[in-house]
Amino acid sequence: MGLQSYIEQRKADKSLLVMAHVVCGYPSFEANLAELEIMAAAGVDLVELQFPFSEPSADGPLFVRANELSLRNGTTVDDCFEFMAKVSARFPFKVLMMGYYNTVFKMGEERFLERLKAAGGVGYILPDLPIEEAGSLHARSAELGLEPIILMTPTNSDARLAELAAVAKGFIYVVARKGVTGSKTQMGDDVADLVARCRRHTDLPLGVGFGISDRSDMDYLRGHADLAIVGTAALRAWEQGGAEQLTEFFSELLAG
Amino acid sequence: MDLFDFSTGREGYYGQYGGTFLPEILQATVSELLDCFRQCKSDPTFWAEFVQLMQNYSGRPTPITHLANLSAHLGGAQIYVKREDLNHTGAHKINNVIGQGLLCKRLGKTRVIAETGAGQHGFATATMAAKFGFDCTIYMGAVDVARQRPNVFWMENMGAEVVAVQDGQKTLKDAINEAMRDWVTNMADTHYVLGTACGPHPFPEMVSWFQSIVGQEARAQMLEQTGRLPDRVYACVGGGSNAMGIFQGFFDDDVELIGCEAGGHGAGSSLHAARLAYNDASVGIAQGFKTYFLQNEQGNMNETHSIAAGLDYIGINPILAYLWEQEKVRFLAATDDEVREALKLTMRTEGLIPALETTHAFAKAIEEAPTMGRDEIILINQSGRGDKDIFTVAEALDDYKWKEFIQQKARQYGQEQQ
Repeated sequence: MGLQSYIEQRKADKSLLVMAHVVCGYPSFEANLAELEIMAAAGVDLVELQFPFSEPSADGPLFVRANELSLRNGTTVDDCFEFMAKVSARFPFKVLMMGYYNTVFKMGEERFLERLKAAGGVGYILPDLPIEEAGSLHARSAELGLEPIILMTPTNSDARLAELAAVAKGFIYVVARKGVTGSKTQMGDDVADLVARCRRHTDLPLGVGFGISDRSDMDYLRGHADLAIVGTAALRAWEQGGAEQLTEFFSELLAG
Repeated sequence: MDLFDFSTGREGYYGQYGGTFLPEILQATVSELLDCFRQCKSDPTFWAEFVQLMQNYSGRPTPITHLANLSAHLGGAQIYVKREDLNHTGAHKINNVIGQGLLCKRLGKTRVIAETGAGQHGFATATMAAKFGFDCTIYMGAVDVARQRPNVFWMENMGAEVVAVQDGQKTLKDAINEAMRDWVTNMADTHYVLGTACGPHPFPEMVSWFQSIVGQEARAQMLEQTGRLPDRVYACVGGGSNAMGIFQGFFDDDVELIGCEAGGHGAGSSLHAARLAYNDASVGIAQGFKTYFLQNEQGNMNETHSIAAGLDYIGINPILAYLWEQEKVRFLAATDDEVREALKLTMRTEGLIPALETTHAFAKAIEEAPTMGRDEIILINQSGRGDKDIFTVAEALDDYKWKEFIQQKARQYGQEQQ
């Protein structure tokens, strides 16, 4: 089953799905597992496992530090795939790889995709790989049934949104605002307008990310988007108060 | 040879190197930049305005100097240097910065940001911003801020905000990442003045174009002064902008071009920044483009080292990577020790103080000159001057009198505070 069908099926029971995020190996794989237990219990629908990279230029300060410390802990791509296999076998949510294209390029696209598939991943998010450079990767992904998640952003023209929609699979990652991950987004007409603009170009489910941090954001997105993408806010909760605070964060986020 | 004619290949690619690997949020900004750059490049009045400004503001054309004493001392080729060190702000960096400043005005943007390693590009950008009336933020690795206080002092006094970047290795590559993060947030009114001929297309082409003024002048000056072209041209290569600048004057000639990288502690030490001269780098994609990077097998970047902060960078200009592969440019590396010796020799024989970056090119020219005939000619691009680097140079030369002076100053400031 493709991500689009999966999302539509899950949406039969709830109005807004959630995709969460962990940086592999930060603070440790054991901690990642504990975070994922909490996310699964809260009913998270999708999880992106970020493979750490030394130059995470699309990430904000919290994830930058997480990438750096994970690498300093010695995290390797092998470790990340091994962890992904464990996670996808153990939890009900679907798992995506998130990272930077050099990780894929150095391994070789073919081998990367095969390993992703073998580890139970259903797709990937590579924010520094523009669609113009993704032809061979996307073609091979289609053969393997893996889905590249495409980002649509507030600076894209309608013509560009149409180009992006033409190659998108699974769902669209709608970037709620300019900037990097992690700072607060003011939910309002700008976000609603962007989502509506994206909607005109695609029938795929729309996930909104960048700065989604609390229940009021969720309430706002309900009815506009299919999926809320929560990254930094969850990591911040974990860093501030460990398992207890993360549990609280998700129960507050998903209440009602 | 027209490297920038993409009509038969992929736009922004030089062989397999280059390209544009950026987050989607910047697609519109980079496409706007590319359009504006194409207009400027095809508009002769733009280049004329640029040249005139460089003459009036920066003292162009910079001269060519014959190093007769050094040549005689070495007993081989005649050595000439292109004096980019005589530019305002003391290096070739100003060529690119003024060019991008003019372009920024055409883009209608009011704020500029830049990364800087040694501080030279940040200093030049702050200068340009002050002259053109732009707001200016400079990103600089915290390690570099600590070792380049004089440049930080000048940038701040010219009205720029200097942000010390605390991520990663806290050097140039981390400053680039942080500048990118600013740009993805503020692109509506902000132009990113990338300092070297690296990064996503069109930056390698654009920076090379502004720096081509160096090669154009140098070729004409050599013909005028010596009646012939040089046999070899040496330039240091960090990101590669000064090398691209001077090499472009000689692409269609029978002139050997030599890029000199930072050999640090030497081959096999891992403490260096030699991407092509040593065998440690491999092709990868980072910081917006594809080229040779010093990285591990997982694709994560290695730590680099050089006595010269301006050469201490993980990747190399994609055009130079291509020309190296085509065997049109030869690559060598100078070690920190060779650089120290070359600097001392140049100061004593010629009274010139090349920047530590530039001295890498001197070191290799000094090494090869004795093997050449006395009727042969070497041209070195003296990309920057070293007197501004007095703290770094004094430390590199381990000058005890300087250290005493600094200690005495520190005591004096300490007493003033009490």
